[in-house]
Amino acid sequence: MPTKTDTKPEGSTPTREAEPLSIIGKPLMKVDAMAKVVGETMFADDLALPRMLFCKIKRSPHPHARIVKVDTSKAEALPGVVAVLVGAELPIPFGILPVSQDEHALSIDKARFVGDPVAAVAAVDEETAEAALEHIDVDYEVLQSIMTIEEALAKDSEPIHTGELHRGEGSVNGNVHKAVSLEFGDLEEGFAEADVVREDTFFFQGNTHLPMEQHSALASCGADGKMTLWSSTQTPHYVHRAMAKVLEMPPSMVRVIACPNGGGFGGKSDPFNHEIVVAKLAQKTRRPVKVTLTREEVFYCHRGRHPVKMWVKSGIKKDGSITAMHFRSFLDGGAFGSYGIASLYYTGALQTVTYKIPRYKFEGLRVFTNKPPCGPKRGHGTVQPRFAIECHLDKLAEQIKKSPLDVRLDKVIEPFSITANQLRVRTVGLKECLERVAERSEFRNKHGKLPKGRGIGLASSSYLTGAGLPIYWNKLPHSGVQLQLDRGGGVTAFCGSTDIGQGSDSVLAYVVAEELGVEVQDVHVVTADTHLTPVDLGSYSSRVTLMTGNAAIEAARRLKPLLLDQAAEKLQVPVERLAMAHRKIFDRDHPDVSMEFAEAVVLAEARHGTLGSTGSYTPPRSPGRYKGAGVGPSATYSFSACALELEVDPETGMVTIHKIWIAHDVGKSINPLLAIGQIEGSVYMGLGEVLMEEQVFRKGVHKIPSMLDYKSPTFVDMPPVESILIETLDPQGPYGAKECGQGPLLPVIPAVAIAVYDALGVRIDESPVTPDKIVSALEGRLRAVTVPEYDWPPPVDVPPMREESSS
Amino acid sequence: MAEKQHLHLHVNGEPVDVVAPIHNTLLEVLRENLRLTGTKHGCELGECGTCTVLVDGEPVLSCLALPIELQDAEILTVEGLTEDGKAHPLQIAFAETGAAQCGYCTPGILMAAKSLLEKNPSPARREIEEALAGNLCRCTGYIQILQAIERAAAGDVGKPISV
Repeated sequence: MPTKTDTKPEGSTPTREAEPLSIIGKPLMKVDAMAKVVGETMFADDLALPRMLFCKIKRSPHPHARIVKVDTSKAEALPGVVAVLVGAELPIPFGILPVSQDEHALSIDKARFVGDPVAAVAAVDEETAEAALEHIDVDYEVLQSIMTIEEALAKDSEPIHTGELHRGEGSVNGNVHKAVSLEFGDLEEGFAEADVVREDTFFFQGNTHLPMEQHSALASCGADGKMTLWSSTQTPHYVHRAMAKVLEMPPSMVRVIACPNGGGFGGKSDPFNHEIVVAKLAQKTRRPVKVTLTREEVFYCHRGRHPVKMWVKSGIKKDGSITAMHFRSFLDGGAFGSYGIASLYYTGALQTVTYKIPRYKFEGLRVFTNKPPCGPKRGHGTVQPRFAIECHLDKLAEQIKKSPLDVRLDKVIEPFSITANQLRVRTVGLKECLERVAERSEFRNKHGKLPKGRGIGLASSSYLTGAGLPIYWNKLPHSGVQLQLDRGGGVTAFCGSTDIGQGSDSVLAYVVAEELGVEVQDVHVVTADTHLTPVDLGSYSSRVTLMTGNAAIEAARRLKPLLLDQAAEKLQVPVERLAMAHRKIFDRDHPDVSMEFAEAVVLAEARHGTLGSTGSYTPPRSPGRYKGAGVGPSATYSFSACALELEVDPETGMVTIHKIWIAHDVGKSINPLLAIGQIEGSVYMGLGEVLMEEQVFRKGVHKIPSMLDYKSPTFVDMPPVESILIETLDPQGPYGAKECGQGPLLPVIPAVAIAVYDALGVRIDESPVTPDKIVSALEGRLRAVTVPEYDWPPPVDVPPMREESSS
Repeated sequence: MAEKQHLHLHVNGEPVDVVAPIHNTLLEVLRENLRLTGTKHGCELGECGTCTVLVDGEPVLSCLALPIELQDAEILTVEGLTEDGKAHPLQIAFAETGAAQCGYCTPGILMAAKSLLEKNPSPARREIEEALAGNLCRCTGYIQILQAIERAAAGDVGKPISV
């Protein structure tokens, strides 16, 4: 299918005003920065209520076992134990995706991984609760466990799930959670046109988020029967849904408050069993109940990066044009669905959103295994294939004897185009990203020319600025903002968005302050509370700046005329000439003709009554109409390029990164200081994944469930990073902004593997790129990754795209 | 339920009396008995540095320290960094440079950084990295934290930020 071009930027976002921006684009402090540095910020575990009980959860020691009997009588008799809970008391299943409602708050029939919860205790203190767990007797009938993708595909063991909790065609066949096949264009024709066709296999090891804060939740059931849950969650809206469903309460009786998250990275995006457990215990005991996971429990809670095996075949012409790409992924999903179906589709979705790929086929498979469930981690499902295709492209470039920089530069996708898999792309700053990192790193002078042991690598990538579709498909807005003006000139901004450290509360305050011409400290943000704030779907898929930002702009622009009309009357200036900034409304032509913002509020309130407004945002529809087209669309895509120089000791395989150059198309920096913080944090996390981090198991038991043994980069491991912000002013983003919190992680991982090849001539096609793999490769002992055989379903029939007048 | 002990501690310049089980850690006593929740926990095994406080000016992992052994010592937590309602220059510098993203590791890093600057008022970057190597942060990639400490050390707090 030819790539179509659409040169018309759509105008669904408010257009930018001619006024100079007074707040947007400035390196301001975050609104919660001082609270965080003085220790005032209350994270979930910092909360305590009178009469509060502590909860501990009994977990399965077996990876796969039938639960024959749970005897809680001895635990219940212990002094200090107030209540004990078992799975039969919470029979309703839940899960983040409507098609995978496969979890129970406490397992009823089977334990599916080591750490699967089976019972819970509420006691007067944590020690008593913990001691009580020892007095709960669980009889298990141990079943054969499934630990690998290959074992899951073998038909000789009992399936982990039976299927009734999964909906949709092709779901849950044995241990196959889902198999998908999509084809766009005639692949064989593409391969026939190519000068070189090559196949490669890759493996991306699983790893985990490791947020510094362990998950914590506190539930309180009021005398009015209303339930309140404070939790370290990135998605209070979805927790609200799951709580109401499992507790069989009207949603209006359930209130979920997301506390500031002590890091999330995707690991606090599912509704969790421990959240439902404390709510049920609070109902049972009529006392507040808190649970805080231990670090070991956090490793088993997981929902992190899927281990993925990949196979890719591409055709390329001598000039570097890719003629076709066929990509297969095999995901080791762990014991539950979680976001897995979305993760699976994401491993095939964004291959086309960097370089021109006119024909594309994706086949993907997710299996269940008896390990902690995998889910979304920063770069959700796109990190593994990005590692594969950037390394694959480096090999293709070498084969056609073209610079890996030119192969990328020459074939960057067109702005305002539609990809082979029918994703609509808006602004594209990738070429500039590549040029800038190549220039700053002196890539052309160094690539293939550095002394042995020293190497330079280059890779690029793209990412979503918010998922184009909500998890529950409906026509409701993805983000809502409500504003309220007070007579003192303050503005309260209510929004369901959740600050996980990325600064979403600050972005909300900056946008409202910019639009209404007040100072940032005049804006009071009330966020992430399902009773008080309009729905925002949550802090995932890099959606908040764009969606909440646009909703805030709409709300503010609905309020503005009420104030400007009063000012026009008072100042005797035509309304079109008025501007708002720094707490003043003034005549653009004669700025000394002005009045205080607060005075305009008082006048407008006297005229209209209490002042408030709402705004909301829904992303534009994507053109794709095929089954599977729901994963991948986004209002706009960010782009990143990374170059890095490293040294490898050929004796030990130890890698030392000397410097990283990263350029990111952020659309527009709402706050460059925070954008750079997101980029540096992404680079850091990518480095951890490629150099050391592994979520690995032996017989279902986590090998390294501690912060000492699960290696992550420390202060001394972090190399210098030069971050370059590229601004392309995207028509969809607020002031032109795109995401910056996830995308810059992606190119770092392949760039390391590519630089190792430049240094020593060995390809490490599996992550992490550890010293032992490098030494094995140098000694010719590193085996190629193998992928399983699978009888793929026929590709989904993709209808040709309809031309639409607007999206 | 465990036997409790009467403890006399000196925290943030104030004498405090606490009754707590003898095996409770300093972290637990600070957070649960004294409600000084500014000190956080990341592992409670001495692996992540999140719970760092100062004991007689030295960084100590409060999750591994027993209060009964510290009755003659001066304990300082993040709450005590603020003097007479004024934030410490390190705290302001962290806020100015974006060094606190989620802010969860921040109190521990601030305490370790304060101890470093008291011994070495103008540390080289490598010296800061080594002094803080036991404190993990998952958000920042450490760079803005290093910039904040250098800013505080240089007396540049309050000056404009260049990006």
